[in-house]
Amino acid sequence: MRKIILSFVVDVGSYALKGGAMYKAWLLFLLFIIVTGSYTAYIQLKEGLITIGATDQIPMELFFANFIFTAHVAAAAILVVAPGYFYHRKDMKELAVIGEIIAMVFVATGITFILFHMGRPDRLWHMVPFIGYLNFPNSMLVYDTIVLNVYLYLNLIGISYILYKKYVGEFDTKALARWFTPVIYLAIVWGPLIRSNARMGAWSTAVMPFGFLAMAGASGPSLVILLFLLIRKHSKLHINDSVIDLMSTIIGWSLGIIMLVFAAEYFTALYSNTEHAAPLNYSMFGHNGLNMYVPWFWGTVGAIVACFIAILIPKVRKSYDRWLPVVCVVVFLAILVEKPMMLVFPAFSPSPLGEYTEYHPTFIELYNVVSTWAVGFLSLTLIVKGAVGILTGEVMYRKPETTT
Amino acid sequence: MSDEKAETDNKKGGVKTNRRDFLKNVGVAGASTLMASSASANVSAGSSNPDAEVTAAEWLQGHFVLMSDKDKQEAIARLEKRYTAQYGKKTTVSNTPPPEGVLFGYALDISKCIGCRRCVHACVKENNQSRSNPVIHWIQVMKIPKGNLAFSADKLNEGYPQSSAIGDYGVQVGGNAYEPVGGLSTEHAETYYPDDELVPDKSYFYVPVQCQQCEKPPCVKACPVRATFRDPNGVVVIDYNWCIGCRMCQLACPYQARRFNWGEPNLPPEEMNPKTHYFGNRPRMRGVMEKCTFCLQRTREGRNPACLEACPVGARKFGNLLDPESDVRKILATKKVFRFKDEMSTYPKFFYYIG
Repeated sequence: MRKIILSFVVDVGSYALKGGAMYKAWLLFLLFIIVTGSYTAYIQLKEGLITIGATDQIPMELFFANFIFTAHVAAAAILVVAPGYFYHRKDMKELAVIGEIIAMVFVATGITFILFHMGRPDRLWHMVPFIGYLNFPNSMLVYDTIVLNVYLYLNLIGISYILYKKYVGEFDTKALARWFTPVIYLAIVWGPLIRSNARMGAWSTAVMPFGFLAMAGASGPSLVILLFLLIRKHSKLHINDSVIDLMSTIIGWSLGIIMLVFAAEYFTALYSNTEHAAPLNYSMFGHNGLNMYVPWFWGTVGAIVACFIAILIPKVRKSYDRWLPVVCVVVFLAILVEKPMMLVFPAFSPSPLGEYTEYHPTFIELYNVVSTWAVGFLSLTLIVKGAVGILTGEVMYRKPETTT
Repeated sequence: MSDEKAETDNKKGGVKTNRRDFLKNVGVAGASTLMASSASANVSAGSSNPDAEVTAAEWLQGHFVLMSDKDKQEAIARLEKRYTAQYGKKTTVSNTPPPEGVLFGYALDISKCIGCRRCVHACVKENNQSRSNPVIHWIQVMKIPKGNLAFSADKLNEGYPQSSAIGDYGVQVGGNAYEPVGGLSTEHAETYYPDDELVPDKSYFYVPVQCQQCEKPPCVKACPVRATFRDPNGVVVIDYNWCIGCRMCQLACPYQARRFNWGEPNLPPEEMNPKTHYFGNRPRMRGVMEKCTFCLQRTREGRNPACLEACPVGARKFGNLLDPESDVRKILATKKVFRFKDEMSTYPKFFYYIG
């Protein structure tokens, strides 16, 4: 048994590292960012959060904003798993494991962002039940911690189980689906709880969870389409057009719901135009010359509307090697940017004492964000590559005694 | 200022040295000062603590409230040792328990406050806040314009829709009364007026804001590890050694009362107040939250908070809400009292009144 696991790790690992010049360059590029990023991470850990742009007025920084985004994408991986397992779509059953890999990697990346967010990462053991003290059931952060960790480890177990079983050639999907699906539901429901009891009026809106779910539904499948198109082009794994079409349909619907949610929110805020509309007015039009968020606001809203219109056009949806990837990249980036520039930073102005503030990230903060993404994408690349090798049967366990 | 003092002292001796060397020189004379110099040298050099065991033990300590009495004593002895070495003066960390049958309350007369910020500076001095990088003030004074708006007859028809058969006196856009007037409207509040500004400015009034010690504190609800909690006297306190720095409490606080140590606090040893309390004014570390505690190192011993003592106009009153004879209770019974941001339903025990 131990021998098989060892050969599993060696085979998958060596397959994941194999590839053309572009593939190797991609890996080296990510590695370079990670290595240089370890220095900026070291500075932040040594000097404290004073090296980043956060203040007492805007205590949530880029790490937190990116964390919300990773949680979106991780939750959206259900959209790859669900069709195969709940609706028994044959074309997607094989690919469910890729969805789980995305979920696992993005949750892990999100947890890394949270580590950067903490003022005292060395004291995280205070959150371990029995050794420390968990403020259950009052603190919303406790739910997030539980969900993220459970989701991470279940995905880890699920992926290892599926891939290992496929590797040795004995796979049963039913057993897995039975205990895996409730957790995915839980993760989706709990994800929006992160907003907690924040003081900002901008966050105490009932449409926020729906906005979050819709944004998950747009950003996650965008990444999935990009990944599937790459896999299809560069490996022998067969991915049907029907799979890509399903994903682009989901993106279309999700973008539509995002627009509906935004419209509802903005109308509610702007028609009455009470003090609760102040953060929105700030993002839309600026305040007394502070207008850093204004171009980001209109740019993001514009990108979402443009992508919605584009993806309604059948020609774009079917343009697998040209327009569809472009739309996917724009959607992914728009929702990534929406998090800090529309959701998080402007919500803190005006502060409880009426202060308007702009958030200016520091170089160390930006580089730590980039290097955390590099870690995420490096793991995503390697694990997906290994998984593709197993799914196509290129990586398989060869019993030593098969020689006759 | 302290650096200047050290420098002049050095000049008297005819030697021009920096503060660290100065401390070293003096250190030869006394054992305690010697400890200080080595500690401060170590701190500024960024090398490891001279007493690594103390650091490790401090890191491993549990939630203070849940500790046994023996562990509490050890923790306090550890802290006293560390602070004494770090700041070069005998520092006491008390663990005075909350007095029985007391609910602390505070009342502030906004008609008296002149915005001089003496309370702010007394608080910084008493409570060992970081002086620079980050600058931490637990009290912020809002300077709010009075309702003397520029009224003019020209602006009478700024109505919306602009012209109609009914007239132009509809919904006003930028009309005469379009500015907020006084009250506690934070819309035009200014918290960063210069310290040397002549106060009070007659066209403004001043509202100091600090932790409101809510009966239903949103921060306590948000803390994932209960590092911040409400003590038996109704004061919300923080175990600085238990805080993990997640800032969820800061996100939750509707009064902007919480301050985060974004970097290693800079507290000059000369200005450090060595009489401290575990939950009160003991020096904090990087990456933890802090805020007003009603000076519990004083109030638990029956004294008044430092901000109250510093107030030159007697705008601040403090007392036991359970005692009908206390200042605060009398004010509640006789004056026009209100709470800041009443609509947040946090039920503060910090009251504003017009006296």
